[in-house]
Amino acid sequence: MTKPLSILAWAAVAAVGTLAVSVVAVHRGEPINALWLVVAATCCYALGYRFYSRFIAVKILVLDPLRATPAERLENGRDFLVTNKWVVFGHHFAAIAGPGPLVGPVLAAQFGYLPGTLWILAGAVFAGCVQDFVILLFSVRRDGKSLTEMAKEETGRVGGVVAYAAVIAIITILLAVVALIVVNALKSSPWGAFTVGITIPIALLMGVYLRRIRPGKVLEVSILGFILVMLAIWGGQWVSQNPTLAGIFTLSATTLAILIIVYGFAASALPVWLLLAPRDYLSTFVKLGTIALLSVGIVVLHPTLHMPAFTRFVDGTGPVFAGKVFPFAFITIACGAISGFHSLISSGTTPKLIARETETRLVGYGAMMCESAVAIMAVIAACVLQPGIYFAINSPASIVGAAPEAAANTISGWGFPVTAADMQALAHAVGEQTLYNRTGGAPAFAVGMAHIFSSTLGGQEVMALWYHFAIMFEALFILSILDAGTRVARFMLQDAFGHIYKPLGRTSWYPSILATSGLVVAGWGYFLWQGVKDPLGGINSLWPLFGIANQLLATVALCVATTIIIKMHRAKYSLVTLVPLAWLVTVTYTASWHKVLDPDPRIGFLAQARVLAAGPATRATGQLIFNNRLDAAVTTILVVMVSLVVIESVRVWAGILSGKRASPVREAPFVMTRLAAGENA
Amino acid sequence: MKPGLRERAMKQMLNFARIFLAAMREIFDEAPYARYLQRTQTASSPQAYAAFRREHEHRHARRPRCC
Repeated sequence: MTKPLSILAWAAVAAVGTLAVSVVAVHRGEPINALWLVVAATCCYALGYRFYSRFIAVKILVLDPLRATPAERLENGRDFLVTNKWVVFGHHFAAIAGPGPLVGPVLAAQFGYLPGTLWILAGAVFAGCVQDFVILLFSVRRDGKSLTEMAKEETGRVGGVVAYAAVIAIITILLAVVALIVVNALKSSPWGAFTVGITIPIALLMGVYLRRIRPGKVLEVSILGFILVMLAIWGGQWVSQNPTLAGIFTLSATTLAILIIVYGFAASALPVWLLLAPRDYLSTFVKLGTIALLSVGIVVLHPTLHMPAFTRFVDGTGPVFAGKVFPFAFITIACGAISGFHSLISSGTTPKLIARETETRLVGYGAMMCESAVAIMAVIAACVLQPGIYFAINSPASIVGAAPEAAANTISGWGFPVTAADMQALAHAVGEQTLYNRTGGAPAFAVGMAHIFSSTLGGQEVMALWYHFAIMFEALFILSILDAGTRVARFMLQDAFGHIYKPLGRTSWYPSILATSGLVVAGWGYFLWQGVKDPLGGINSLWPLFGIANQLLATVALCVATTIIIKMHRAKYSLVTLVPLAWLVTVTYTASWHKVLDPDPRIGFLAQARVLAAGPATRATGQLIFNNRLDAAVTTILVVMVSLVVIESVRVWAGILSGKRASPVREAPFVMTRLAAGENA
Repeated sequence: MKPGLRERAMKQMLNFARIFLAAMREIFDEAPYARYLQRTQTASSPQAYAAFRREHEHRHARRPRCC
């Protein structure tokens, strides 16, 4: 394209984007069409990628296509391997796209569609994509070193220890909160429980098929697994209509929690080929397919958003979770805007596969943009629902009342009309007994997704099938995160315990496997149990805790990135990471302060403990008080630890900028690439 | 459509299909298994696949996955 034509084209993209963002941001009153969000997002991502990521690549990182990457220099056919950039992109996207970008935006929709949408767009373009991109490049230049190693080398020993502790804490809370989402989606749902339960024997069958019958034919067995899962969804309907079987599969929250804890332990301790790997393949297949299908469905149907731009709950009185739009919208939505967890993947397997430095822009910045687009789809799926229905699904019984009429009256009283008959009809349409009090975000997302899918394909008659497909889709990859996460944490513990007693560090020594698996499962299982027993529905406490932990890890990643940028003598450009860092520090510290010390018992852990202590004592009171104090302690410890990293980093920056401290760049030495241009394309 | 244009479009489509398949094979561990067989000079069998999985288990299970 010639230069004037290119300028004209990008000016048009900017104009259309400005118009779409203005409509999304300024329009009030009548509902708007979801396509405005799609257009606004597409233009923002296109401009962000074309201009901002290019600025970072050229001015700050100075990507060098001639510099050999670790994949080339250290190629061993296993960890380090020169790989096509689109293949790495697929790998990276599959690893960063979990249920977070789906659930967080659904929960934050209680503030209206606008706060979440703006945060997802701005957060991704200026913070999340930047973090993933720079950490990936810095890891590539350091032989694929992990974030904890880079933190230790660049900001000091404290950084490494804090990053390690933050990772363990995040994994523990993350696993508890995603398990709670599955529990809330499957409780009293025989169809859902059967369909998700049957995926375990399907995964085992796939494992045996892969190992014994057709070794290595993973695509083939994944397609077979997909067909079996589809049959399981269809069979679930029959189970839910059979009185005997429906009774067996109608499970309470506590029973489901116990089953998931047992499953997590088994998945961690069993050989990886038997359960983890086949489930992983199955969930990747379903995940990529469903996300593609949803994006097509949204464009084809271009539904109307019924949720207003802002709801009255921006004041902090929301039923889904308590707390004002600032700071809570910004910690509730992590993965779609910025997620510290991504920095682990950007400094994990991905940097060991990158063939050229220039490809880090596509993989780091580009994959996060796609993740952000998934979050926009989640906002749309939640906001196409009538707000009354959205709140009836997502509000705990302790706030809206347990009886259908009482809940409908409370929600209608907030200005979001809904009737018990509406809810009954919807529950009937999706094949459930009830949709009240299904907290956690997954069921609301599934209803929105089923609405979009059934309106595009099949009509109302197949809404129940689409709903359970959506539930199975969410549960499938939540469970795959549960088993993979438990294993990752188990290995981290084994690494640490190996320093105390060597055999404990051996990953194939069964006593060590059982002990560390038990410890990890006990950790997240405790928080899961706490969530199930929580009178406010669990999500109110656990999701913010997870959001705080995740964003604190992003703070550590941005501290490391800023330190390296300053060491590279690019201090004048350090605002690129300093601004998101300052924003995250403000948001997470404010949210932490509220979660620990806020006098409102629905927000502050300690205030809730005080209210419980002052109220009538029941058998569970002591435990609930302890849980709240534990949550407060965990939050405080995380904040103190990250504060140490921030202080240490600022000290390093001040030392370098004042010339009192040497600033050696700890990059691997330059080696000229042997890859000819286009060799791996 | 001009013959040259059609040829180019066809070539691009084939290239896309090739990369898509390569990405799928990489994500689903088929390509690493093929590389393993080539590296160890063995034919595909339950034993070879078991050995490949053993070699991969450690690395695969340590791969973090995001929320």
